[in-house]
Amino acid sequence: MSDQTLSPHVFVSSVLLEPAPPPVSDRGPVRWARAHLFGSVPQVLLTLFGIWLVFAVIPPLVQFFLIDAVWEGTDRKACLPADVGHPVGACWPFIWAKINQLTYGFYPADERWRVNVVYALGAVLLLPLLIQKVPYKRLNAILFFGVYPVVAFVLLTGGNFGLKRFLLGYLGFDGLFPIGATVAGLSVAFWADFVVSSALLALGAAALARFVAGPGAGLGAARNTLSALGILGAVLLAADIDVGLQPVETRLWGGLLVTLVIAVTGITASLPFGILLALGRRSHLPLVKICSILFIEFWRGVPLITVLFFATYMLPLFLPGQLTIDGLLRAVVGVALFASAYMAEVVRGGLQAIPKGQYEGAMALGLPGSLKMRLVVLPQALKLVIPGIVNNFIGLFKDTTLVLIVSIFDLLGAMRAAFTDPNWATPTTLFTGFGFAGIVYFVFCFGMSRYSMALEKRLDRARHH
Amino acid sequence: MSIDPVIAQAEAGAPKLAVEMVGVNKWYGQFHVLRDVNLTVERGERLVICGPSGSGKSTLIRCINRLEEHQKGRIVVDGIELTDDLKRIDEVRREVGMCFQHFNLFPHLTILENCTLAPMWVRKMPKKEAEEVAMHFLEKVKIPHQAHKYPGQLSGGQQQRVAIARALCMRPRIMLFDEPTSALDPEMVKEVLDTMVELAQDGMTMLCVTHEMGFARQVANRVIFMDAGQIIEMNEPNAFFSNPQHERTKLFLSQILH
Repeated sequence: MSDQTLSPHVFVSSVLLEPAPPPVSDRGPVRWARAHLFGSVPQVLLTLFGIWLVFAVIPPLVQFFLIDAVWEGTDRKACLPADVGHPVGACWPFIWAKINQLTYGFYPADERWRVNVVYALGAVLLLPLLIQKVPYKRLNAILFFGVYPVVAFVLLTGGNFGLKRFLLGYLGFDGLFPIGATVAGLSVAFWADFVVSSALLALGAAALARFVAGPGAGLGAARNTLSALGILGAVLLAADIDVGLQPVETRLWGGLLVTLVIAVTGITASLPFGILLALGRRSHLPLVKICSILFIEFWRGVPLITVLFFATYMLPLFLPGQLTIDGLLRAVVGVALFASAYMAEVVRGGLQAIPKGQYEGAMALGLPGSLKMRLVVLPQALKLVIPGIVNNFIGLFKDTTLVLIVSIFDLLGAMRAAFTDPNWATPTTLFTGFGFAGIVYFVFCFGMSRYSMALEKRLDRARHH
Repeated sequence: MSIDPVIAQAEAGAPKLAVEMVGVNKWYGQFHVLRDVNLTVERGERLVICGPSGSGKSTLIRCINRLEEHQKGRIVVDGIELTDDLKRIDEVRREVGMCFQHFNLFPHLTILENCTLAPMWVRKMPKKEAEEVAMHFLEKVKIPHQAHKYPGQLSGGQQQRVAIARALCMRPRIMLFDEPTSALDPEMVKEVLDTMVELAQDGMTMLCVTHEMGFARQVANRVIFMDAGQIIEMNEPNAFFSNPQHERTKLFLSQILH
């Protein structure tokens, strides 16, 4: 059919149109401002309110923390308006004077290098783990999540625990082992107990697996039990061996050290536990499901303050006399379990968002249940709930301040203790202190928030169409 | 007929019967989805299963790799009887590949990773070898140059071809297709069907739930018609289309063949 035969009323374009630039009214800064700031009456009002808010808040803060602030001095006189002769804002010398207390608590001055090593080691191991381009991620993760906690633990406490009993000892079979004998500072009784207990546990696990899953499963179960106990043994050995460090009790720890110990432990423990609980809650095995639900609902139903209070003051009443658990450890465990319950529900939300087809795709390829979860479902579910996970991390980080009520002095607690120093009693000490604490908390929380957003963006590249 | 060496290798030493179903029954609650289904599929056969929606045809092939559980009867796949034994189920799933209506590719993995995941973790194949196998099949479905993209960046037809390649990477002896072209734009149906035809020519045992009657005519040895959970007609394609026996089949064919 040629062009001449077409009637003039046929609406068919004879040439392909090239793309044209947008009209002038749709470009330029004026256009942008009109579209985004002054587009409608409510928009104009909101813009004006925003401008007013910025001018109402920012200048006074700058005035107080920077312009009127005192930067140098040795005691309260530097920060008294009567002595200085002008209005005084933030009293920064107070922070400089108390910085050690805020960082280490009452950790003995001569031993503070150990805390510094822990801080530095943590930073050195964590940073490359967070930056995607750095290689050796697997090794790095093993070092940070496996080796670092043990090293940090030994460095901070001093190790050399003098362990005396393992399972059999506590079960009343003390007499089997030579009490008091030591080899290289290690109690023979404990380690003999450990070896015998491990062998018994492995045998028990093998027998149970044979009973439940058939004869083929025994050897595997024994091997798994032994490797788990082997790792436990290595950790215990590290804690038990005398490395020549002076022991430092946890009640001397304080300030940022305690904040970070509780927050980092809570964060790193809550994610894996939360994932296990979320999987447990969706399990088809009724017992696993009920236990997970009970655990989650119990910990979500009680306030953290109650948990800490119980862990500190009530738990010792129930435990047998010979078994004492360190106060800080109890608080850390309480916080971690509490955070796990919240994490579990966040992760469950992610799991529910994964379509059935993903499970079926994985099953049809022959991936067994555990691999299906690990390789297909969880990576997608966790990616979906990164905002919720980081929300929990940030909440947990700030909730650590509640340990103050059980007399553990975290950063905020150390700050409050510093306020009582009459040498630094000035009208602005309180504001300076809380302002500084606020800045420190903000830096950590904002850091987590930014990192998570960068992570989301990176992972989201896969979804772009 | 071109025989793909990798597929041929998987074929060697397999039992003669690919699938054997005897008196299979299945219920969803009170609803009787599969009623006394008897079916044998020989190695190398290509079966097309059609029927109105809700007739149980998807359920039937999903029983073959135990995505659905049957409650009565016997299903033997590649010499392995499907029971509650998880090990056997995984064994069957390793030998049976499947393609879904909605592809079910893993969106967080690249095309290549989608293809190497199961061979590496289930077959314990070294990464390099798994990638070679994956590239072999990606070339076969004609998208090797997309290997490092993510599924979301591909068209529907390309995604379904990747899904076929992913299934083939496990070197299955049987392939199941559950309405592989139903979710595709019309212009992408052909590329997927071409891939399936090629696979049929390589001698793969195939069970396809599809309404693509042209495909059925071209490659099927047998066409099965299902209604209300039963196989009510089974014949070789020419006879099936030109001379359907059952009233229900005639009605169905008159509605889909214009």
